[in-house]
Amino acid sequence: MTTIIGAWIAAALTLFIFSFLYKDNPFYKLAEHIFVGVSAGYWVVYEVRNVVIPNMIEPVSQGRYIYIVSGIMGLMMLTRVLPKIGWLSRWAIAFTVGMTSGYFLVTYLQSHALEQVRATLLPLNSPNNILIIVGVLTALIYFFFSKEHKGVFGKTAKVGIWFLMIAFGASFGYTVMARVSLLIGRMHFLLSDWLRLID
Amino acid sequence: MNLFDRLKNIDRRTIFVLIALSVLIPLFVPIKLRIHVSPPAQGLYDAIDRLPPGSNVLMAFDYGPSTMPEVYPMTLAILRHVFSKDLKVIAMALWPEGASIAQDAFKTVAEDEFHKLYGVDYINLGFKAGGLVVIQAMGTSIPAIFPTDQAGRPVEEFPIMKKVKNFDEIEMIVDLSAGDPGIRHWVMIAQARYQKKVGGGCTAVSAPAFYPYLQTGQLVGLLGGLMGAAEYEALVKHPGSAIKAMPSQALSHAVIIILILIGNITFFVERRRSRKQG
Repeated sequence: MTTIIGAWIAAALTLFIFSFLYKDNPFYKLAEHIFVGVSAGYWVVYEVRNVVIPNMIEPVSQGRYIYIVSGIMGLMMLTRVLPKIGWLSRWAIAFTVGMTSGYFLVTYLQSHALEQVRATLLPLNSPNNILIIVGVLTALIYFFFSKEHKGVFGKTAKVGIWFLMIAFGASFGYTVMARVSLLIGRMHFLLSDWLRLID
Repeated sequence: MNLFDRLKNIDRRTIFVLIALSVLIPLFVPIKLRIHVSPPAQGLYDAIDRLPPGSNVLMAFDYGPSTMPEVYPMTLAILRHVFSKDLKVIAMALWPEGASIAQDAFKTVAEDEFHKLYGVDYINLGFKAGGLVVIQAMGTSIPAIFPTDQAGRPVEEFPIMKKVKNFDEIEMIVDLSAGDPGIRHWVMIAQARYQKKVGGGCTAVSAPAFYPYLQTGQLVGLLGGLMGAAEYEALVKHPGSAIKAMPSQALSHAVIIILILIGNITFFVERRRSRKQG
């Protein structure tokens, strides 16, 4: 019974959202507000249960008082809502930014910059390798703004633009595929789980 | 109003109806399409296939319900392959909803189809907040980061976890990802720092960003979106929802291509007209 009620609620909300494709209407607004409200409630519970309790309350209750510092920093982040002491949030943000950038710098440099550069140092013995090297060099030239894009330099940069456009096109194609997949998923839900017209 | 003007002023709702029909019709009238397996999907299949029976595969469920139509079919297909090879699965999630999705997937594949034992053949360690930091800490000690399974029972109670200390006891990592934290982070830490074999599946939106990892060998294989899932279903010879969805996907893509062509043709014709007039 619960499954049937759940399927009806999900189907109704799906149709409410789809109704926006015709034009904005109260059903769409209702579904939108329910989504925002449920999401906000869900994330509050999620943050408390999965972040605050295991990462601060539990360690502190076990005598590891250093975790209080993270709690204080979390509270400092919230001071942004109080203009008079809002400046305190900058300290916590500065700590987070500094720690994260320091942590990412080494790992990112190793896994992305160095590995990708190594993978570009290829022998010019196949059309694929030539394409990769020409693509990387011309795209890099396009992003070199210290010299005016004129003459041979400008033409090379233009080739770089073509490579970038093809990459953006491929990305767009994948995005379309993803969105259509989600639509298929919803249609399948409506026809199969709700109306039981197909398997 | 001639045909050109009609096409130029086509109502957006007509486009919505066309896309809806292109998705719906193949769901009612099944069309059989040949699934071509791409090298990234074959790479993931081969990497899992080469693992000796009893090897530990860490599967990270880094996605939520919003991307289930794309990622869940590939999850089931990979699990079918893994269990058919008698590999052990250690599941975890860097996304909060991922742990429940893993539970559903295990129910369908491990329990109902392969009759595998929880705690012996597979385990669900649940969700842990922290993303990159969690992966880094797992390199030192997995039981320290996940002292209990999803139900809250200590992991040392389960035979599958008896010998697992850190990434040294994991033969391969398969990440099913819908964003961050996800494949990028597993590559950054587990592959780059601990030299583990990493493969995965992701939403089609994020797939182009991960293709450079295939060329460098940082990923052994990749399934991109519903198409990738269909390829894996074809490889494991177990057609599922992804293969069923391919005719809808193909027809809707054809409609979108035709609409893009119409849009471009009308643009160029109009430009030519205005140049002639000007």
